[in-house]
Amino acid sequence: MQSAEPLIFERSAPGRHGYSLPDSDVPEIATDAAIPAHWQRDSLPLPEASELDVVRHFTRLSQRNYSIEHGFYPLGSCTMKYNPKVNDAAAGLPGFSFVHPHQPESTIQGALALVYGLTHLIMEITGYANCSLQPAAGAHGELCGVLMMRAHHVKQGNPRRKMIIPDSAHGTNPATAAMCGYTAIEVPSSERGTVDMAALAALLDEDVAGLMLTVPNTLGLFEQDIVEICQMAHDVGALVYCDGANMNALLGTVQPAALGLDVLHLNLHKTFTTPHGGGGPGAGAICVNETLEPYLPVPLVKEEDGAYAWDYDRPDSIGRIHSHYGNFLNQVRAYTYIRTLGLEGIKRAGEFAVLNGNYLKERLREAYALRYDRTCMHEVVFAGLKEKAEGVRTLDVAKRMIDYGFHPSTVYFPLIVPEALMIEPTETENKDTLDAFIDALLAIAEEAQTAPELLKDAPVSAPVRRLDETTAARRPNLRWQPPE
Amino acid sequence: MDYVPHSNEDREAMLRAIGVAGSEDLFHDIPADVRHPQLDLPPGMSEPEVIRHLNALSSQNRNVQELPSFLGAGCYNHFIPSIVNALILRGEFLTSYTPYQPELAQGTLQAMYEFQSMVCLLTGMDVANASMYDEATATAEALLTACSITKRAKVVVPDTFHPTTLEVLETYAEGRELTLVRVPAFELGDDGTLHDRWDAVVAAIDDDTACVAVQVPNFLGWVHECQQLAEVVHAHRAMLVVSADPVALGILTPPGEYGADIVTGEGHSLALPPGFGGPRLGLYATRQRYLRQMPGRVSGMTKDIEGKRGFVMTLQAREQHIRREKATSNICTNEALAALAFTINVSWLGPEGMRKKAELCLAKSHYAAAQIDSLPGYSVSAPGPYVKEFVVHCPAPVSSVNEHLLERGVLGGFDLGRVRGELDHHMLVCATELNTRQDIDLLTTALSTVDA
Repeated sequence: MQSAEPLIFERSAPGRHGYSLPDSDVPEIATDAAIPAHWQRDSLPLPEASELDVVRHFTRLSQRNYSIEHGFYPLGSCTMKYNPKVNDAAAGLPGFSFVHPHQPESTIQGALALVYGLTHLIMEITGYANCSLQPAAGAHGELCGVLMMRAHHVKQGNPRRKMIIPDSAHGTNPATAAMCGYTAIEVPSSERGTVDMAALAALLDEDVAGLMLTVPNTLGLFEQDIVEICQMAHDVGALVYCDGANMNALLGTVQPAALGLDVLHLNLHKTFTTPHGGGGPGAGAICVNETLEPYLPVPLVKEEDGAYAWDYDRPDSIGRIHSHYGNFLNQVRAYTYIRTLGLEGIKRAGEFAVLNGNYLKERLREAYALRYDRTCMHEVVFAGLKEKAEGVRTLDVAKRMIDYGFHPSTVYFPLIVPEALMIEPTETENKDTLDAFIDALLAIAEEAQTAPELLKDAPVSAPVRRLDETTAARRPNLRWQPPE
Repeated sequence: MDYVPHSNEDREAMLRAIGVAGSEDLFHDIPADVRHPQLDLPPGMSEPEVIRHLNALSSQNRNVQELPSFLGAGCYNHFIPSIVNALILRGEFLTSYTPYQPELAQGTLQAMYEFQSMVCLLTGMDVANASMYDEATATAEALLTACSITKRAKVVVPDTFHPTTLEVLETYAEGRELTLVRVPAFELGDDGTLHDRWDAVVAAIDDDTACVAVQVPNFLGWVHECQQLAEVVHAHRAMLVVSADPVALGILTPPGEYGADIVTGEGHSLALPPGFGGPRLGLYATRQRYLRQMPGRVSGMTKDIEGKRGFVMTLQAREQHIRREKATSNICTNEALAALAFTINVSWLGPEGMRKKAELCLAKSHYAAAQIDSLPGYSVSAPGPYVKEFVVHCPAPVSSVNEHLLERGVLGGFDLGRVRGELDHHMLVCATELNTRQDIDLLTTALSTVDA
């Protein structure tokens, strides 16, 4: 089942083909008559394979992957919850998937109604004045959000220069600040794992454009001083950006807008179950309060007397950030999910995500080092094994999880926790799964003392053993080359 | 309906293990005055109810399977074979995360490597990444990258480039030192015909130019001369960025052969249906020497400790999770599943299928152009060779022509007046392998009955 699969190029043989396209029903045209011969390519050494060859190849590749549908996937900060199949069925309806974005508005009323409806559901869940679904991913939402903050400051007469970001933040935060022309200034975390208030106070001045905070933060902790932080920022005219990657913890319990956070991005592919697809497509919503509302990207969707239309009449907009209106088919999935859950389901999702997080924390703390001993939210971060074992690193613990049939947790992030193991169970895992995972992690901690080679040699049950990443980076082989 | 599996007994047992009386105790860090707001959300739905609701919404849309469509303008309706959906909807691909743990993601990583290989072969470039959000953001990042490589700030772009891409570029460039010079690359004659002014683009290049961005075919459908352009660009030590349609590359010279330094493109039409504009698939390929400035993820081939072939995400020192504020881009999530769909479809097509698809576009679009050009009051403008799109000067504003067509069951071409006011009588017509002769004849007949 999991045996090595050659490259599709290595399954190729001249003269095979899998494609099925109609013969032309219009007069033939000589290619040379339409395109000068020297503007045409000479060769195109793509694979030549039958349809069955192609199906087998990609089926076999799929079997060399782990997925949510195989088992527990506790990647912290990634919210790997069940992706309901009904969402895919909805996104596959021809009335969504075969709609062209340039069709006249009279022919896209259902699509616009869905965009408008999802916008309003998200506004209610988050408490914001408006939102755009144009970002194609979380980091794309960050770019959009920080550009709006910048537009606000430019309108006030000065874009300002600095963006304050906690040392526990996702790498996308400082990368986004830099893309928008800001200098990222790091604020340290306190002994409680949240923003060091004294350090923050010392950094805040009128050259600070804003703060980028993750709520709850990447340690899985709620910033208990968040209301005060927002107030301090606003006092110097700065704005507060909320990275909503961890919104799953807050569903139904608090609207981030009520905390004073000016702008929030959501990852629809985390909180609202659109599948990750091995790395994308995602979908990002960007939500704003009244201050930033004028700067939202164009277009938005407006409703008048039951008819929906594109709204381009937004003079202060930062402009467009995508070819069209973002990853629409993922918006269909997220809409389907929220309508399925409804009010009660949304509340239960958040509540049980946090219950599962705390259950893992309490059950694992005997064997793994709890860096911040306090109630966590939807995820928990350990500083590796409680009882250190000679030569055994967190990476070894993670790889050993594979041999127990689980996907490893996130490791070595956040950067401020040495040997970090970041575990996010999500609400869709039952107690039996959590208990089995706990048993495995406790057994691994035991093995670290009694048989550490089991960890250092792991994994032994995956399609491949540990891979040589150093050579991969030093002598990159990034593509197949046609034979000379 | 929700997806929480806990029984009451499970919940009680878990609360006991945590040592709290109720879940409420887990939320005490959240300020009490904002906790548990009244939310105005509708009640949940069962699966049959939600399907009925979504069916009702989707049936309020018309779509390009149901109506003959001549819309393109950057979003193309090309044939996607049944195997694509069957394979990409496999849970193993669909519900896996970014391959941070390579031992459990060899399927995704190998598919990424194969995708990168195909993009290199189609574009004639040395290396490619594993995808960007869409053509617009891929091109915007390419232009920003070219500015940082050349340490220059002037970007020259002909006005035949996709206007949406230029809007996205302008958004991305905020906060960066960059001057976008839009050069008129065509003239509008008194009779409504378009005339190529490529010489003006070549003349706009100087020693301050960081890069020139060209679209092949351009937004209006025709192909510009690029060989000589590339020579001029390089003589000024600037870079050439080419945004190419991968379907057209089934017959056109790969940009790498005439000296492109970065090639971007929109790959969705070889991967996914139009989808109301998303997901899309941004392509990005470049020269080996610019590899370490390339944004986005990349998969590399290596070996495991037993010597077996395997794949890993590599060169991560360029990326945000390692380099943070010094990263080449902030991109994290990309369009991996769309890239997989592209890889499956291109494998199915092979070189012969890619060429046949492009030749069918050529035949259909040239037939449509000839039929329309023969109608009184209509004239086709194609100042250069074209593959699937061309401009039609209409006897009435395109907005009213399109209403007339829609009444007759046809989705007309793109109204160029929406992006250039003076082109409100010009329609951008697209024909692909999916437009039958019957569709085209229906369009021609409907056009012939428009009142001038």
